[in-house]
Amino acid sequence: MIGWLTRTFLPVLTVLAAIVVIWYAAAIWMNQPFQRDTYVRQGVDWTLPQLVRDTWNQDRPVLPTPHQIWGELERTVFNMAPTSRRSLVYHAQITLSSTLLGFAMGTVLGILIAVGIVHVKSLDQSLMPWIIASQTVPILAIAPMIIVVLGAIGLSGLVPKAIISSYLAFFPVAVGMVKGLRSPEVLHLDLLRTYSASPWQVFWRLRWPSALPFLFPAMRVAIAIALVGAIVAELPTGAVAGLGARLLSGFYFGQTLQIWAALIVAAVLAGLLVSIVGLANRLVLWRMGMSR
Amino acid sequence: MTLPPPLAGLALPAAVVGTIGAVAAPGFGVVLAGLALLASALWAATRRGYWVEGFGALVAAALLLRALPAVADDAGIGFWGCVLAAWLLAWHATTTLSAWQPRAAWLGRLQAVLVPLLFGLWLLVLWELIVRGAGVPSILLPAPSAIGARIAGSLPILWADFQQTYLRAVLTGYAIGCSVGFVAALLIDRSPFLTRGLLPVGNMVSALPIIGTAPIMVMWFGFDWHSKAAVVVVMTFFPMMVNTLAGLKAASRIDHDLMQTYAASYGQTLWKMRLPLAMPFVFNALKINSTLALIGAIVAEFFGSPTVGMGFRISTEIGRMNIDMVWAQITMAAVVGSASYGLIALIERGTTFWHPSYRR
Repeated sequence: MIGWLTRTFLPVLTVLAAIVVIWYAAAIWMNQPFQRDTYVRQGVDWTLPQLVRDTWNQDRPVLPTPHQIWGELERTVFNMAPTSRRSLVYHAQITLSSTLLGFAMGTVLGILIAVGIVHVKSLDQSLMPWIIASQTVPILAIAPMIIVVLGAIGLSGLVPKAIISSYLAFFPVAVGMVKGLRSPEVLHLDLLRTYSASPWQVFWRLRWPSALPFLFPAMRVAIAIALVGAIVAELPTGAVAGLGARLLSGFYFGQTLQIWAALIVAAVLAGLLVSIVGLANRLVLWRMGMSR
Repeated sequence: MTLPPPLAGLALPAAVVGTIGAVAAPGFGVVLAGLALLASALWAATRRGYWVEGFGALVAAALLLRALPAVADDAGIGFWGCVLAAWLLAWHATTTLSAWQPRAAWLGRLQAVLVPLLFGLWLLVLWELIVRGAGVPSILLPAPSAIGARIAGSLPILWADFQQTYLRAVLTGYAIGCSVGFVAALLIDRSPFLTRGLLPVGNMVSALPIIGTAPIMVMWFGFDWHSKAAVVVVMTFFPMMVNTLAGLKAASRIDHDLMQTYAASYGQTLWKMRLPLAMPFVFNALKINSTLALIGAIVAEFFGSPTVGMGFRISTEIGRMNIDMVWAQITMAAVVGSASYGLIALIERGTTFWHPSYRR
């Protein structure tokens, strides 16, 4: 416990404290031109402590301070009914649902592709280069087009966003699972052959269990980028709900606080999702007797 | 493992249906294609001449493409039978080709290039045949030929967008983000306390949707390419820092001991041992960042930009329903993205040739 405190907790705390200090200093520096203009316009004499206090509490600051963002979060997360359209919980839940759907679709697709690649040689040779090439297409950049095109054929709402998330999420899962399904040693495969095990049995008894330690790290990456995909998919014109739409409307109306609050909620969501997958990883490996 | 013979067997009835259907409907080219398919399907079913069937499928595909204007939007069963047969034959030919184990090394390399190339070519041909044969509206999905024509017809616009987005925003941001991340990692590495504090924070930040900072950057740095470069800097900084820090830890205790027996200074140890060992990690970050940078710059342009740039073009042409222009931009982005990735992979191969993963 003491070891953990000094080895990890203290350094991380120091770094975070340093970030907060730099943040407040930067807020003074970045917000002061506007504040000085205001003083000149109002014809007030100002002192340094007054300038500092005012730059930290502007209405539409260039860089809002942490306590301002916290105030905004308090207002839109805790002190508002979650069903209200102005509540961030409402928007977060919309983004979350398309993230989860896209993540599930992407994971299933990635696993299926990996199984195909491991078992069919021609798929291995012809598909793998294209899977890698598929990720150099900046899908995030064309996400708005996909939304519009799918909207033209009557698909709107959750599914198009989930499709973009799944396009991003399938890649790490496919790559990780190919590696994982190939991870059993030749010795083990030979042993199962001496048992005259069917391909089905080899898959479920050997390949699948040995691929699980590869699946979970891949899923951690996948869920993080699934969230990014869902947020960007909410950017295009017409999106009225979701964290991405919140970013966009905050940008249009110059509401910096709204942008930062949405960003913080997105960050918290990402952290939560990644740690849930990490927890599931530990649980499964522990149940299978593979925990270290 | 090859796919079972039924694949080639299925092609035969499909070719028969295609030929008969083509004779019944107008379209002389389709009949020719059907006959070519019939011959090669028969050949494939009776003997092991997969060069013949592959060639036959290609000839048939060319004939079908020639016949497209005649049957467009109104393709009958003959056309679809031929498409199906050609696809099955091509699939079978690719399968046999990939199962082939040549003895000469250069043949093996040729095979490794040829199989995915043929696969991609067939994907394009099928795309063209299906989109134009079935008359899919071009708003949904334009045919590859239409996209190609659009690219050829608007090279000046594409070049201007490429300059604005890639040469200015992406390259500047990428260079700054990667080098600052690298130098920051070198500095942080000197203090174990900072390393322990910054690694968890950096890892967490890498998982965050950093692209969401794009509106903030546009507010801070204006509409021109500087704000896009700033987004790219923020996006590339953390992967680079985290990977370099991990790479600097790659040297084992025994390596350090060896350098110590040589009485090597910090700089010498860094330059001769730790940096070379860190190179695979650094290149990993460079590769991840090359795709991230392009995405970041394009998405940042959605939040306002001058009237030039890939992201600007994509968002405005969607509004005008010029989907082929959007696809031209996508093609350019994919080519540029693959080319930068490939270039970095080549440099990596030249610099880290000693790494076990390249040993044969």
